[in-house]
Amino acid sequence: MSEIESRGYVRPEVLVSTEWVASHLNDPGIRIIESNEDPLLYATGHVPGAVEVDWTRDLNDPVRRDYLGRDGFEALMRRIGVTKDTTVVFYGDRNNWWATYAFWVFQLFGHDKAKIMDGGRIKWANEGRPLDKQTPSYPASDYKAAERDDKRIRAFRDQVLQHLEAKKPLVDVRSPDEYSGKKLHMPEYPNEGALRGGHIPGAASVPWAKAVNPDDGTFKSAEELRALYEGDAKIKPGDDVIVYCRIGERSSHTWFVLTHLLGFDKVRNYDGSWTEWGNLVGVPIER
Amino acid sequence: MALPDKLTDTLETLEMVPDRGERIQLLIDIAGRFEEVPPRLARRPFAKEHQVPACESEAYVFTEPRPDGTLDFHFAVENPQGISAKAMAVILGDALSGAPPQQVAEVSQDIVYQVFGRELSMGKSMGLMSMVGMVAAMAKKQAEAKSS
Repeated sequence: MSEIESRGYVRPEVLVSTEWVASHLNDPGIRIIESNEDPLLYATGHVPGAVEVDWTRDLNDPVRRDYLGRDGFEALMRRIGVTKDTTVVFYGDRNNWWATYAFWVFQLFGHDKAKIMDGGRIKWANEGRPLDKQTPSYPASDYKAAERDDKRIRAFRDQVLQHLEAKKPLVDVRSPDEYSGKKLHMPEYPNEGALRGGHIPGAASVPWAKAVNPDDGTFKSAEELRALYEGDAKIKPGDDVIVYCRIGERSSHTWFVLTHLLGFDKVRNYDGSWTEWGNLVGVPIER
Repeated sequence: MALPDKLTDTLETLEMVPDRGERIQLLIDIAGRFEEVPPRLARRPFAKEHQVPACESEAYVFTEPRPDGTLDFHFAVENPQGISAKAMAVILGDALSGAPPQQVAEVSQDIVYQVFGRELSMGKSMGLMSMVGMVAAMAKKQAEAKSS
């Protein structure tokens, strides 16, 4: 049994170790994808053979605040040489925030042959594993994408309003100061891009970082995660849960934990998150 | 008010590099020149009032007054992968240290887009813009102190 399997996850196969990735660098059935917050990082060196999928540039509509559509996703997959049978393995900086966000976007299009490299970029680098500056090129594939499905794992503003009115569980994964609405002391700085601070009424506060081991960014064991979410936040695997943060990046990390590591049936990421809710006229806010 | 000359020069140099890959490499090279705030000015743990708000790379800004009333700007970036923050810090430090405080105070946070392009995630741009904002705010305080 691998170390990841020993952690007791419901779907341990969705998480792979750096060692696993290292042994699959030349596997034609695998496409390794780096997704970072820092736009300069990939070029400084990446897992050999990894392509870059930039969340802003590659996954977002350039005009509307929305994700790319079927045609855009299809073009992306063809460009990086991914077929329906390719398993994509995501990793990145910031404890895999953007890697899980890219993973989540890929799920909107149903590409479920997807994994996350535990510990992300920093674990790979700290283990002294090779970093390559060369940008690889793969033959274009003939990927045919499905239409984007926003119903299953994505929540929108009106659904969140109905959710809170029905007193269903919400998880706010931001820091305690963001959750409480504590203002920054110098008013001329952007306050998380929102006019109002606080949280969605009824949301439990479970900062995303509590799900990872601080020394290497790996995910905690199932037992530790259950204590956090089922114990502290009092949510159960059968619950209908909505998670959010500021723009959905940290909450995609929590979505990944709840859905794949703890086996929750219905978790949706509210990607509008606080940059939408905190600027929305008339919605309730709690502090 | 016009931008400080050195900042104008830096932005023009970056704009002359239209190829995205070359610009990224240039910014990486700039980040490679990053030098942390000297210990005579600040040591860890750095004071929270110097921390750049909304910057996920945990960056800090410090100032050191020059005899002519201008400021030297120094930085710390705690995130070892904070390449963009380091690049921005080098650009700001080189271009704005020694510039008239009133000019620095009016530098727009939008220069972040002139440096990195428009394809920045909201979180990344907010952190970098916050860094510019903090430098401008510190310069504004200095300008007000000079005139009073």
